[in-house]
Amino acid sequence: MTDTAGSGGSVKLKFDGVAKNFGGVRAVSGVSAEVREGEIFSIIGPNGAGKTTMLNMTSGFYHPDEGSINFEDTDISQTQPSKIAALGISRTFQNIALFRGLTVLENLMLGRHVLMKTGVLAAFAYWGPAQREEVEHRQRCEEIIDFLKLTDLRKTPAGALAYGLQKRVELGRALASEPRLLLLDEPMAGMNQEEKEDLVRYVLDVNQEWGTTIALIEHDMGVVMDISDHVMVMDMGERISFGTPDEVRADPRVIEAYLGTTDHKEVA
Amino acid sequence: MFHRESGYFKTSYQADMALYPLPIAKYTIWAFLAIFFVACPMLLDEYHLSIINLVAIAVVGVLGLNILVGYTGQISIGHAAFMSVGAYTAANLATKLDLPFWLTVPLGGLMAAFIGILVGIPSLRIKGLYLAIATLAAQFIIEWIINHTPSISGGVAASIEMPRPVFFGMELANQAELYYFLMFIMVIAIIGALNLVRSRIGRSFIAVRDQEIAAEIIGINVFKTKLIAFAVSSFYAGVCGVMYTYYLGIANYENFQLITSIDYLAMVIIGGLGSILGSIFGAAFITMLPIVIRLWMEAFGSIFVDDAALAQVIAQFRLIIFGGLIIVFLVVEPDGLAKLWQNIRNYFRTWPFSY
Repeated sequence: MTDTAGSGGSVKLKFDGVAKNFGGVRAVSGVSAEVREGEIFSIIGPNGAGKTTMLNMTSGFYHPDEGSINFEDTDISQTQPSKIAALGISRTFQNIALFRGLTVLENLMLGRHVLMKTGVLAAFAYWGPAQREEVEHRQRCEEIIDFLKLTDLRKTPAGALAYGLQKRVELGRALASEPRLLLLDEPMAGMNQEEKEDLVRYVLDVNQEWGTTIALIEHDMGVVMDISDHVMVMDMGERISFGTPDEVRADPRVIEAYLGTTDHKEVA
Repeated sequence: MFHRESGYFKTSYQADMALYPLPIAKYTIWAFLAIFFVACPMLLDEYHLSIINLVAIAVVGVLGLNILVGYTGQISIGHAAFMSVGAYTAANLATKLDLPFWLTVPLGGLMAAFIGILVGIPSLRIKGLYLAIATLAAQFIIEWIINHTPSISGGVAASIEMPRPVFFGMELANQAELYYFLMFIMVIAIIGALNLVRSRIGRSFIAVRDQEIAAEIIGINVFKTKLIAFAVSSFYAGVCGVMYTYYLGIANYENFQLITSIDYLAMVIIGGLGSILGSIFGAAFITMLPIVIRLWMEAFGSIFVDDAALAQVIAQFRLIIFGGLIIVFLVVEPDGLAKLWQNIRNYFRTWPFSY
């Protein structure tokens, strides 16, 4: 079930003593962790544990106050989001952030923005290389559309789609940039069982067929325990447990964080 | 125009991504070109051609403003100032250096683009209403600088007489001859704008408008994109200014004041935000509106007011209709004439069997 693909790989993403304060609130304090090449890495924890802050720092949305984040030996802790995307990290959002007025296809084409080169003048003329580039990238987008079974929706405005489909399109947009690290912020929140199963299948396919390293935040414990190679548990901005799903499940501190303490306090 | 998609099967992505994917759309374009480049100059007199000239000039300006306001979502009330930059640049180049029109038009645009980038820099930090005020300030600053620098404004009454454009030894002196010149620039501007908004750059404009944060995360440099939008928009404005200067035969700042900026914003809103076709509609509508109103008032106005007061009433009436229309459009059809046209088309697409 676990420890398949990832455990032997090299380090893809490394958090080293990362901390982040918002005013007086210490959202993340001194978290260290490693995400290995080709694995599915999950961050879980109660609300307000600092999970999304971790993801936001990885995608450059916030910069850590202390510590460093390394992606493939590059320190990205102070890098701008658009540069991080160009390095090969893409993400989805907890609250869908699609370009609602644009079609599914255009959303995916935007995902490939960093891979395209056409400048203003070339775009103005739409001649030769500019046109070739558009067609080339359209082809790659169509492959992703095929893969995510969105073929009949490619020219539908993203805002007109059902919630579950929007989540899928957002995954598609993240995949379109051909990331080496994919960050998913609660990809299954608000979905019904069937939609969840579909999406888990896509996530697994991306991981196994394309070899993309995935770091995700998810509240559905069943999903997390089933698909993750490693799980990090956070509470109150701190890392309280790390390991394979089985190890984490047995960790008394995790049980404490999720279920509260009993009157005789367990120390682990 | 009215056409149906059924029966056409595209076999390549290139065909699917063409500007006019259906044969009938292509015929429509050829028909329009025939009407405007062959029929109109033959059938219309100089006065009516000069109206089309005005529309052509406005179309270029509105396209530019729509790229900035409609596609990128950055408001600007300084559009007319960029036009004046283009106008005075071209006028100075044409009078002092004797440059021909095929240099003054792009150079006027480039100068406006440069100033546009400078004005666009605050857009990194400020949005919406605040950006509106910043561009409003730019409008007044540019106007003041031109007015108070004789080397730019030409001194007397801040106006420079513009030599007529010369095309292979032929001087384009009257409106009928200017017609082809202005229409040609307009066609290039339209095709360029259409290409721009369907390519990588245009998509990044829309991304910045719709979701700035998501745009940044997928790798779009938001600041750079906004500056590109300002540059392209001001380039169009500059070219529009040069066209207007050639049209009038004089560069004068009074044609590029705040009220002109507002007029162009109205054209964008009434035509349709974020629509190239809407820009054309809006430009034609607002440009011809005062002319139509005047014709009506001259025909029927004497029934209500005496002839002496008529001229004044016409001027007031234009403003009333103008303001009223903007309100009506904002309430009834915020997406403008382009959306109305779309609705009509959609209705006829399946007509008469709409179910």
